[in-house]
Amino acid sequence: MQLYLPIAEVSVDAFLILGLGGIVGFLSGMFGVGGGFLITPLLFFIGVPPAVAVATGANQVVASSVSGVLAQMKRKAVDFRMGTVLLAGGIVGSAIGIWVFQLMTQAGQIDLFVQLSYVLFLGLIGAMMLQESLRSLLRSKSGAPVRRSHVHSWVHGLPLKMKFRTSGLYISVLPPMLVGAVVGFLAAIMGVGGGFIMVPAMIYLLGMPTKVVIGTSLFQIIFVTAFTTVMHAVTNQSVDMLLALMLILGGVIGAQIGARVGVRLKAEQLRILLSLLVLAVAGRIAVDLLVRPAELYSVTAGALP
Amino acid sequence: MIRAVLALLILTGTALADETIVSGLSQNRVSITADFDGSEILIYGAVKREAPAPDGGPMEVIITVEGPPTPVQVRRKARVAGIWLNNAEVRVDSAPSFYAVATTGPLQHILSDTENLRHQITIERVIRAVGITDEAEKAGEFVLALLRVRTNEDRYRVLEGRVELTEDTLFRTDVVLPANLTEGEYRVRLFLLRDGRVVATQERLIGVRKEGLERFIFTMAHEQPLLYGLLSLLLAAFAGWAASAAFRLIRL
Repeated sequence: MQLYLPIAEVSVDAFLILGLGGIVGFLSGMFGVGGGFLITPLLFFIGVPPAVAVATGANQVVASSVSGVLAQMKRKAVDFRMGTVLLAGGIVGSAIGIWVFQLMTQAGQIDLFVQLSYVLFLGLIGAMMLQESLRSLLRSKSGAPVRRSHVHSWVHGLPLKMKFRTSGLYISVLPPMLVGAVVGFLAAIMGVGGGFIMVPAMIYLLGMPTKVVIGTSLFQIIFVTAFTTVMHAVTNQSVDMLLALMLILGGVIGAQIGARVGVRLKAEQLRILLSLLVLAVAGRIAVDLLVRPAELYSVTAGALP
Repeated sequence: MIRAVLALLILTGTALADETIVSGLSQNRVSITADFDGSEILIYGAVKREAPAPDGGPMEVIITVEGPPTPVQVRRKARVAGIWLNNAEVRVDSAPSFYAVATTGPLQHILSDTENLRHQITIERVIRAVGITDEAEKAGEFVLALLRVRTNEDRYRVLEGRVELTEDTLFRTDVVLPANLTEGEYRVRLFLLRDGRVVATQERLIGVRKEGLERFIFTMAHEQPLLYGLLSLLLAAFAGWAASAAFRLIRL
């Protein structure tokens, strides 16, 4: 069934969009990532203009995150206090990110900058996660004592300590705020929620337990992507409501199934799968940058200043 | 060449006004609704003569359909430090969003270069790219690339021999408008030719407009952007909650 998108001005297969939303929603519910880093490149691929893909992708992530958070809340796996602290940092980082984004647009190399950020951050984080989770999987198989999920380090010596009961942490608010700011910054530049950075940062930097990380990450992503959606709607009119609705329909259902499948998998397995996914996306974008494209020229319609 | 054309002009000059076009379109309005999947337009007509057909070459017909033109940026990638990136750019003043040329025969046989220049019939003549030579080296290749890219996207089409002409009088052709249409006025031009020269022309318009839900969403997004953005969020949040609630019901 073909569907004409009013803002994107292309005709797409409605079932393809539903399926796309479903797959990304499934991963979102399972891993606690918003799915923005997947949905945006996938939308490019089926011919949706980049500006519309970024804005509508953000809107879709809001829906799958709400669905995911509600599923996680029933398992009491959302640390609202931690989420709020992360968000406070996130808004500051996002504002700086939007400013840098404008500078890069003026310089005319925003596409390259975004692609390089994807390769760099996805590649780095994916490799780190894969290495760490493989090691801990091997350790648990060999029966050796498991390392504690949080170790005391310099992070715990900082001032402004706060109790995060759900996470079982008593740490300074500065590291989570900084993590939030970095994620907000990258989210604004890469047009994603930032879950794929947030999840490992919470596990390895803040020492939060994996089961709390997913819900808390989704909680924070809701607000970051909501902010992005409204910004795009107001400045560029590039949110396609019909496209978003189709993606959301598939996505919310996928997220619910994903959250249930995620419960059955072990934390290490979950992390290995997520790291492989992140590496695959990074690899795909790297190939685009390194291999000679079939068509050297690209055409963009419209009056740009 | 030019002299030959001039001579022909004098010879057939008297016949010019004797042949005119009477034409019709199967529809002069295309509505883009949610299930829009392209549209086929039948363009038909007849040659009206006050006197018997003049001597000379056979009658030929060219029909063009042109979508609303916009400025276009064409970028070229090059390898810099191992990475392929855009490093040259040319701005084309005006290129149609859609262009189809349907003819009764091969364009180079039925249309002379001077007439093409005068009436801007082929796509190369319709694209306006003035002063691009200053913007990049080999600027001409950017225009060729624009033609190539848009032809691959099915936006630019040359349909040689696709106009049916019966007894030098009746003609018809079908032009398929693709699914990725842009809104606006589509200009249909009809040309009658003899010996490479245009002897009669006519112009018609097809209005392409979004309708219904498409129109509503588009208008709202542009006139009430903040409200639209918030509504999109609300829709997303509601859908997220509804799915969660629905799954809870199924489980219990």
